[in-house]
Amino acid sequence: MTGFRLADGGGPVIPNFGQPSACLKHNGWFCTDWMSNHWGDTLQPALVQHIELTLIAVGIGFAIAFLLALVGFRWRLFDAPLGGLTDFLYAIPSLALFQLLVPLTGLTVTTVEIGLTSYTLFILYRNILAGLRSVPGEVLESARGMGFTRLQTFVRVELPLAAPAILAGIRIATVATISIATVAAFLIQYGLGAPIFDAIETPDLFKTELLASGGLAILLALSADGLLAVAQRALTPWSRLR
Amino acid sequence: MLASTFVEAFRFMPNHFSLLLAKAGETAELAFTALAIALVIALPLGLWLGHKHRGLLLALSISSVGRSLPSVALIGLGIGILGVGFWNNTVALVVLAIPPILTNTYFAVEGVDPDAVEAARGMGLTETQILTRVELPLGLPLLLAGFRIAAVFVIATATIAGIFGGGGLGDIMARQVTYGLGGIFAAALWVAGLALLTAGALGLAQRAASRRMAPRT
Repeated sequence: MTGFRLADGGGPVIPNFGQPSACLKHNGWFCTDWMSNHWGDTLQPALVQHIELTLIAVGIGFAIAFLLALVGFRWRLFDAPLGGLTDFLYAIPSLALFQLLVPLTGLTVTTVEIGLTSYTLFILYRNILAGLRSVPGEVLESARGMGFTRLQTFVRVELPLAAPAILAGIRIATVATISIATVAAFLIQYGLGAPIFDAIETPDLFKTELLASGGLAILLALSADGLLAVAQRALTPWSRLR
Repeated sequence: MLASTFVEAFRFMPNHFSLLLAKAGETAELAFTALAIALVIALPLGLWLGHKHRGLLLALSISSVGRSLPSVALIGLGIGILGVGFWNNTVALVVLAIPPILTNTYFAVEGVDPDAVEAARGMGLTETQILTRVELPLGLPLLLAGFRIAAVFVIATATIAGIFGGGGLGDIMARQVTYGLGGIFAAALWVAGLALLTAGALGLAQRAASRRMAPRT
């Protein structure tokens, strides 16, 4: 079905060695022999690629969003246009954005990273700015009273107080990126979306691969969310976890 | 390069207006069906849990799990179970829409001033009356905010359905060979427009609700 994908899919990975198990012959939901035979050549590389895509996008996105938020924080004049820009980028559906970038950067991982990074900006910009703005005026006043310079105030007072909101933003952005990165397989054979698309494009729908790769994507997102929730609590023990 | 795509997109819109309109209708049908089903499931549950002040952990974990579910994986698994088409996509979107509605409904009702609830109870209102006449109106702005988040999210995600034969504006985006980059960009702008219109309408409702509930001085 549905052969519109720009990526030339890896094709159905139906074992062509030895005898397929009875489970594979009747296309069962969970064929352990396929799992053990293709963990190494299909699932594991896709998982690693997916994690890589996410880490790079959130990392670069954070650096850009942090700079933008500093500008928006320091000069309120820039807040509305910067916020509007990230809003606009976020409003373009990922399926379209990835394809619109292809003429510029081709069918490459770079294209996917640009798209993913631009989606993180919306969440990160807002959260970093909200965190910085949440610092009460009296606190800044007393920092000044204690003789802190502007830089000292920022590093030792404003940043720690903004940390809970910033970390919450990183958590939401990471999970959202893991989700959107599955769409990348529409362009290139990369990440956990690739085996999902492959399985769906197999003539009678390869159920084991679909369940394994779809389940893996869901598991990755849930574990990232859980891990970051723990990190959030460990790094900012003074804030109540939400 | 981008500029020419932009020009193409604005040429595409008048030339394929009826196509865009039909596809936008399909997207709206898919998204609003899913939102309606999610509302029927999540609203009563959220109201009840919030009224009883129970299930905080449930509300929090549903919102965090729901936010985490990758839509492609969800739609893919749905295809495996339900086959290709409208219902598989609808079910996936319902699953994505429930968490924000449930969590916001819960916190909307749970967060209502306990004094107001006590006063209502003292006036002899039944529990159902307290819920419908006190907690629901007071929590309405927050509740509508959750519905707005869900609506925008579902409309944006509904485009993914296009890859999997679900129709709608995503269908245009998934066929670059047929419609070109201009068509894709045009469809993307229409999706953004649909999402903004829906968010705007719900935002107005939200504002009206909070104005009505503002204390008169």
